[in-house]
Amino acid sequence: MQEQVKAKAIELLQNGTCDRVLAWKTGEFFYDLTPAVFTTAEEIEKDLVFNAFCGANLSKYLIAESRKGGKVAAFLKPCDTYSFQQLLKEHRIWRENTYVVGVQCDGMCDIDAVRERGVKGVTGGDFTGDTLTFETLYGTETLARADVLAERCRFCKSKKLVVFDELLGEQGEEQDADRFAEVQWLEAMTPDERFAFWQEELSKCIRCNACRNVCPACSCEKCVFDNPKSGVENKAAASSFEEQLFHVIRAFHVAGRCTDCGECARVCPQHIPLHLLNRKFIKDINEIYGPYQAGADPDTRPPLLNFDMGDPEPKRGDVG
Amino acid sequence: MQRIGVFVCWCGSNIAATVDVEAVAEALSHEAGVVFSTNYQYMCSQAGQELIQNAIHEHKLTGVVICSCSPRMHENTFRKTCERAGINPYMVEIANIREQCSWIHKDKAVGTEKAIILGRAAIAKVLLNAPLTAGTSPVVKRALVIGGGIAGIQTALDIADAGFPVDIVEKEPTIGGKMTQIDKTFPTLDCAACILTPKMVDAAQNENIKIYSYSQVEAVKGFVGNFTVTIRRKARYVDEEKCTGCGLCTEKCPQKKVPNAFNLGLDTRRAIYIPFAQAVPKIATIDADYCTMLKTGKCGVCSKVCTAGAIDYKQQDSFVEEQYGAIVVATGYNPIKLDRFDEFAYSQSPDVVTSLELERLMNAAGPTGGTLLRPSDKTHPHTLVFVQCVGSRCDGGEKGKPYCSKICCMYTAKHAMLIREKYPDTEVYVFYIDVRTPGKNFDEFYRRAVEEYGVHYIKGMVGKVTPQNGKLYVQAADLLGGQQLKIEADMVVLAAAIEPDKSARPLATMLTASMDTNDFFTEAHPKLRPVESPTAGIFLSGACQGPKDIPETVAQAGAAASKVIGLLVKDHLTCNPCVAESNELMCNGCSACEKVCPYGAISYIDKEFRGPNRTTLLRRVAQVNPAVCQGCGACTVACPSGAMDLKGFSNAQIMAEVDAICK
Repeated sequence: MQEQVKAKAIELLQNGTCDRVLAWKTGEFFYDLTPAVFTTAEEIEKDLVFNAFCGANLSKYLIAESRKGGKVAAFLKPCDTYSFQQLLKEHRIWRENTYVVGVQCDGMCDIDAVRERGVKGVTGGDFTGDTLTFETLYGTETLARADVLAERCRFCKSKKLVVFDELLGEQGEEQDADRFAEVQWLEAMTPDERFAFWQEELSKCIRCNACRNVCPACSCEKCVFDNPKSGVENKAAASSFEEQLFHVIRAFHVAGRCTDCGECARVCPQHIPLHLLNRKFIKDINEIYGPYQAGADPDTRPPLLNFDMGDPEPKRGDVG
Repeated sequence: MQRIGVFVCWCGSNIAATVDVEAVAEALSHEAGVVFSTNYQYMCSQAGQELIQNAIHEHKLTGVVICSCSPRMHENTFRKTCERAGINPYMVEIANIREQCSWIHKDKAVGTEKAIILGRAAIAKVLLNAPLTAGTSPVVKRALVIGGGIAGIQTALDIADAGFPVDIVEKEPTIGGKMTQIDKTFPTLDCAACILTPKMVDAAQNENIKIYSYSQVEAVKGFVGNFTVTIRRKARYVDEEKCTGCGLCTEKCPQKKVPNAFNLGLDTRRAIYIPFAQAVPKIATIDADYCTMLKTGKCGVCSKVCTAGAIDYKQQDSFVEEQYGAIVVATGYNPIKLDRFDEFAYSQSPDVVTSLELERLMNAAGPTGGTLLRPSDKTHPHTLVFVQCVGSRCDGGEKGKPYCSKICCMYTAKHAMLIREKYPDTEVYVFYIDVRTPGKNFDEFYRRAVEEYGVHYIKGMVGKVTPQNGKLYVQAADLLGGQQLKIEADMVVLAAAIEPDKSARPLATMLTASMDTNDFFTEAHPKLRPVESPTAGIFLSGACQGPKDIPETVAQAGAAASKVIGLLVKDHLTCNPCVAESNELMCNGCSACEKVCPYGAISYIDKEFRGPNRTTLLRRVAQVNPAVCQGCGACTVACPSGAMDLKGFSNAQIMAEVDAICK
């Protein structure tokens, strides 16, 4: 697939479909693939990578890229297309300046899962197929891709590319993996247990803001946490704000718009399972207003911004 | 820095008995920004208002906090007071230390402490207030009445009389409502049709009144003075313009076995029908559930016999959109279903009937031609038992209604009297919890039933009705006589509780008009504004607001009409200046606010902004039309970035209040 992606990227540049290509290249480490914009065939040949570590969701970058003038082509995986479509619904991306190549995904891997399986000191390898080959300081090791998938990919919600101009590989289907199982486990706790769980998790937060910065739903022109007038401005881990408010406010802000792409948990250097907060919201919305997947289609009105006669009424005693 | 004056009202002893008003004024005088603080017995009195105005002049106040009753009561009074003294009316804040404090606390120390906190919150808010100026919006000089019963007809006639066009939307094929089904009316015993049908005809002929029969309200947009209403005109498969109401089709239709809803299913009618002889408009309607032509495509008899060529089997529902300045709700009532009251054997014997069914059985245009006959064997009943409060005054709620249905005592006395008058050979028993007959000539009416007509009134409830061998065995308690009674009756009549029409609840949602737990519409004030909904421009007429009889309904209908007329004579309404505004620097242009705005007040433009390094950024940002915005605030909570704010109730003001309370 990597070669197909490269070839397509070069083709789109050369036939004038786009001026720039948004894809991935190797970052600080081999497993740390980072979004990158390419403008020449040479750069693409040399640096573009598409393998099992291309977890980064490129859709958010299109907010800025689509406004820069000229046209940008982006390679989007199925879950990235949900975010992209959600951003289109919110008028955040200039669609006419983008060209989307939908690229099928076999599940992205988590380097920690690789390490847990005893493969350490990795220097490189081949991560494009179903079997991943790791070159390590201690020799060559192989692992099945399926065994080292990231949590969000083990519970993949969909392999369907919901929006694209061109398809690379095959169109997929929505998946029925039970991604809410972990939420049920949280719901089964007593309130005190759950509070203790989240307090312990959230107290690890160093307030690096990676979750906010990577989140496609967190794309406000001016973030409330950066705004001195918002009343909740807070830029550094100086108090128990993170434990008590930052992540909860963020979860409320993205409620109904979060596509469950899982980027927040992927980038968290403290391994806080942040996606569970959002997934709980999604589960609640599904249960209260009927199944809804943010970004799944261009027209459905989000339940939290909609009213219809079938909406549940607050029960007597719930209010007032 | 603002110069704030604090004025603590005693409200006689209403506040002063539970709140130490002097202590409150003293405590608040130390708050930042407060330059004057006092208390007075009645701040809303002439003297109290002068006190405020003098203080504004003397201390050069820029903002005013009044600790008194609910702002719903006197906010306007005090705004005007301050405006006369030269400060902007929106620089006034009310701390409600009566309804939300003194009335609900018994302990004076607690009440005082809370009053101080509430005052502090109001001071924190007024520090952030900015002067606001109200604009105006035009009034559409046309009214809509929803429901064409006696309430709706009377309201429409009164509005039309004042010279304003008014439309009636009625979901049935004819206007007239429940009153058309009633035989005689208490306490004068005149014929209901005789007094109602002239009004129906008046409504039809009044050039200011337009009747949309067989129609319902589909959607409501807009606000007081400027509603846009979509009306669904249900397909009646008959061209209203062509139909002459000759009724030939209703005689020739071969489908004869349709339960006649007008006679409550006590007889049958055809699939094409005119509900009754005096129907307005007198136009036939095809019942799509029973019409053979519509169901199977084979028949077409009505079309063949109609000389006017009015039958149109292909007719579809159509929609009308119309502008109105005011909307009157007159959706009326229905008797409750009695399936939860099977102890009275309603579902087991046709001789157990509801009071409304009895009206039809006694009506000359009813299924028996006005002769009282048992539905089971068409014989003359000799013993009748009336059961009052069936589903009314029920505790627990699940089975019946907690309220008194109000009209049953009177119509039951009427029924008993009429039966004894017409058939002196009958014995009539009435079982009651209480007899409630207040009203002009009402108690005299009931006493006539007992004293002149010999109706047996027995205090106590019927426990069980058992149908056996063509008789109804009634077991009941006589509470005053202290004995159990067993009566062998021929008919049992149940005074079923009344409830608001089922169409009222979805309508209330469309109108954003509030309802109580029984689905009756709520008044703006239960005593002082009984015909207005709390939602501006929505008025209430008749039983949709609560159980009431015909005289009361007509009185309320007239009152609602006068309120509507008072609104429609105005050319412009003063707008609420507390409208939303978008901070363009923070707006993402995501459309969340536009989606939740019930008034369509928000639009978007692509606007150029200065970016870094002398660049220009083109961004989509929200804009609020202040003439359309009603200040509901839905957008401010939907906005993910906090760019939407409500003037007079900004996020910062509300947070300042919360902070002041939590301090």
